Amino acid sequence: MSACAAGPDAVRMRSISKYFGGITALDGVDLVVRPGSVHALLGGNGAGKSTILKILSGVQPPSAGSVEIFGVTVKEFSPEAARRAGVAMIYQEMSLVPTLTVAENIFLTREPKTGGIFLDDRTTVGRARELLAKLGATIDPRAPVERLSAGQKQMTEIAKAISQQARILILDEPTSALSSAEISHLFGFLRGLRQLGVAVIYVSHKMDEIQQIADTVTILRNGRHVVTKALPELTLDAIIEYIVGRRVHAFERRPRAVDRNRRPLLELRHVHGPRWPIDASLVLYPGEVLGIAGLLGSGRSELARVLAGIDPVTQGEVVVRDKVLRNPSARRMIAAGIAMIPEDRRTEGLILEHSIFSNICLPTIDRLSPGGFVDDRKARSVAAELMDRLHVKSGSIRAPARTLSGGNQQKIVLAKWLAAEPDILVLDEPTAGVDIGSKAEIVALIRALADAGRGIIMISSELAELLATSDRILIMRAGRLVREIAREEIDGWAGAGAIGGEQISDLEKGLELAIQEAGPGA
Amino acid sequence: MPEGATGKTSGGAAEAGGLAAAIGDWRQYVVYGGFVVIFVIFALTLRDRGFLTPFNLLNIVRQTAIIAIMATAMTFVLCAGEIDLSVGALAGFVSVTTAMSIDAFGTAAGIVAGLATGLVVGAANAVLTTVVGIPSFLVTLAMMGIATGTAMWVSGSAAIPIVDPSYTTPFGSGNLGAVPSLLLWMAAVAVIGQGGLRKTSFGRKVLATGGSVLSARYSGVDTRAIKRYVLIASALSAALAGMLYAGRLHTGRYQLGQGDELSVIAAAVLGGTSLFGGKGTVAGSIVGALMIGLINNGLILMNLEYSQQLIARGVIIILAVALGSTR
Repeated sequence: MSACAAGPDAVRMRSISKYFGGITALDGVDLVVRPGSVHALLGGNGAGKSTILKILSGVQPPSAGSVEIFGVTVKEFSPEAARRAGVAMIYQEMSLVPTLTVAENIFLTREPKTGGIFLDDRTTVGRARELLAKLGATIDPRAPVERLSAGQKQMTEIAKAISQQARILILDEPTSALSSAEISHLFGFLRGLRQLGVAVIYVSHKMDEIQQIADTVTILRNGRHVVTKALPELTLDAIIEYIVGRRVHAFERRPRAVDRNRRPLLELRHVHGPRWPIDASLVLYPGEVLGIAGLLGSGRSELARVLAGIDPVTQGEVVVRDKVLRNPSARRMIAAGIAMIPEDRRTEGLILEHSIFSNICLPTIDRLSPGGFVDDRKARSVAAELMDRLHVKSGSIRAPARTLSGGNQQKIVLAKWLAAEPDILVLDEPTAGVDIGSKAEIVALIRALADAGRGIIMISSELAELLATSDRILIMRAGRLVREIAREEIDGWAGAGAIGGEQISDLEKGLELAIQEAGPGA
Repeated sequence: MPEGATGKTSGGAAEAGGLAAAIGDWRQYVVYGGFVVIFVIFALTLRDRGFLTPFNLLNIVRQTAIIAIMATAMTFVLCAGEIDLSVGALAGFVSVTTAMSIDAFGTAAGIVAGLATGLVVGAANAVLTTVVGIPSFLVTLAMMGIATGTAMWVSGSAAIPIVDPSYTTPFGSGNLGAVPSLLLWMAAVAVIGQGGLRKTSFGRKVLATGGSVLSARYSGVDTRAIKRYVLIASALSAALAGMLYAGRLHTGRYQLGQGDELSVIAAAVLGGTSLFGGKGTVAGSIVGALMIGLINNGLILMNLEYSQQLIARGVIIILAVALGSTR
């Protein structure tokens, strides 16, 4: 860690307060970031993360307090002034034009020219190549941005900021669209930037990423500064406690008994999909949570798509309560009591422009419409009850779904399928991009559903939540289910007498190892 | 962590990207290939009907030049993610104002009046689109009617003759040596357009605006100003087109240019310009315009009936665009 470079702090925000009308968004918050470090900024929804970052990037002025960037006091709060001072906010692909090439994007509005008029494409490409090489990114500067992977776009975006002399980079959930290979690539890249003395402010809900990349952690809650510490001084439990404001036991292992003598809810017998899965067999009992682990691109989502009837079963049998389903389609799967909650809630799970209410009622609209007319009162009461049960925070059920935070959107997707009262629930990455408080609630909900006798198949990259909920875990690799791990074996991973956070991290290490042993994807 | 796998994956992705890029580039050149193929077919089948004579070939250029000039500016408009449906009607309107001014005050006044008409209409299109915020499709659709209506009103729906050769010679009727002045106008506009879009930062900003308005704005491009400029440029190109119509036909008349907007847009799209913005070349649009002229000429020489010409032209255009589209 090269965090001890001499010289002024990259960012020095002191006693920052921000009021919107009568509401206090920030109340005397301090944020100090050293050059050449990765500083994680954590907090639940409404903690004030985005407000303080907006102040730093010049989008809003603070109501009180002072901001220094590399020892210079900021007097003018505008995006241009912040950019000139070297602050760059990396938006999700927002500042890249898909139809232009990487080099054209990096130098957009600052193109090298010959004779002051004509664009000098060769110099543009050469300088872009040089810059990307310096940053350790293997991207062809002549490739159009629309053909890049999500990770390459992210790196192009960062390269563009660096070419504008950025010394402070703000990354907000940068990995939400990246595969695990791309994430490790991005992290290598960020470590390189750290060597160059760039200060990185990193916002994420993913604790495993924070533990990999951050040097220092600052946690905000309800607009107040809670703690700033070096990462090694914080345990995962402590971080979660600081963020949520109370002790959370959601991720603790809790013993449950599953009666495997009962008739299984769901059986897959040697099921093949269009490409993946290959020869997948599994049995799901009532009241059981079956975890599916594996690296990204190992075929987990393809398995979910087959279970949802979106992809066809090309070979093998799907058996629901001893009945073989012929040519399962999405409609038949729903009729058989299987609900799938897809990974990308914004495109597959929700109609963002429609109201919360109509989103929730969509899968059950026929049942709510006797004689073809929607029974509005009944539909509304069903929706309101579910929102209440899932603690969705929203002003009105008529508000468009896009107005909700990520965590609340995910709860709406859950609500939508709970309204259909499925016996079997397939969840694909149910907590992706959700803040830690909502995560805990979703984990508790999954347990409650299993306790009520439903069968749940849970696909997740977050080991902590897989371990917290699963009664068995199947490991997937290259489209095949390669290993089954029983609960007893999982419990054996924990060291004798390990409790709480220690136990969780022992179990995580065990599962990580099991996934790595299974080998990489394709 | 599987570091080896990481390197391999990203390398593979880069290769695949390069290959896809090559295919994408190849598709951009379909219009040139199509042009050559159609030219060769006509040259072989219509040899004895005078297709290859210099007179006929120059005739094709003469009939195409005005469309090509408007297609050049239309390329900028489409690349910026907008559209201009008013060009044909505006050309007719300008032919009227130019002819009336020449009649009353002489050649210079005619040129000024023509350009001023274009500037006013273009500014109106630009302001309504970028300041008021009406989609350019609707603004220019409405402007089409307004331009034609005004032209009919001021001219009493009559043709206004232009007799002064100091106007008609440079504007479409005369030759410079063996070269028709129309061809020179087209060449000048094409060279400025091609260079402006490919080689200047203005052109880059136009492509960025149409590629993604939001990204362009975040990168510091004044996307509204860009849209204003391209709409005004399009109107000025239509004004030039109207003045050339007037010069070539020695007349100002509101019907001149009627329906040209569709030929102009078809030329640009044939040439690989995207209707969704962000992609396109002026050279492609010029070749697209020449291709349409070529097809019209060939079909006439084949002695097809007008109804058959319409069908054949439609089929050829669909084939060409289908070959060039990515999906």
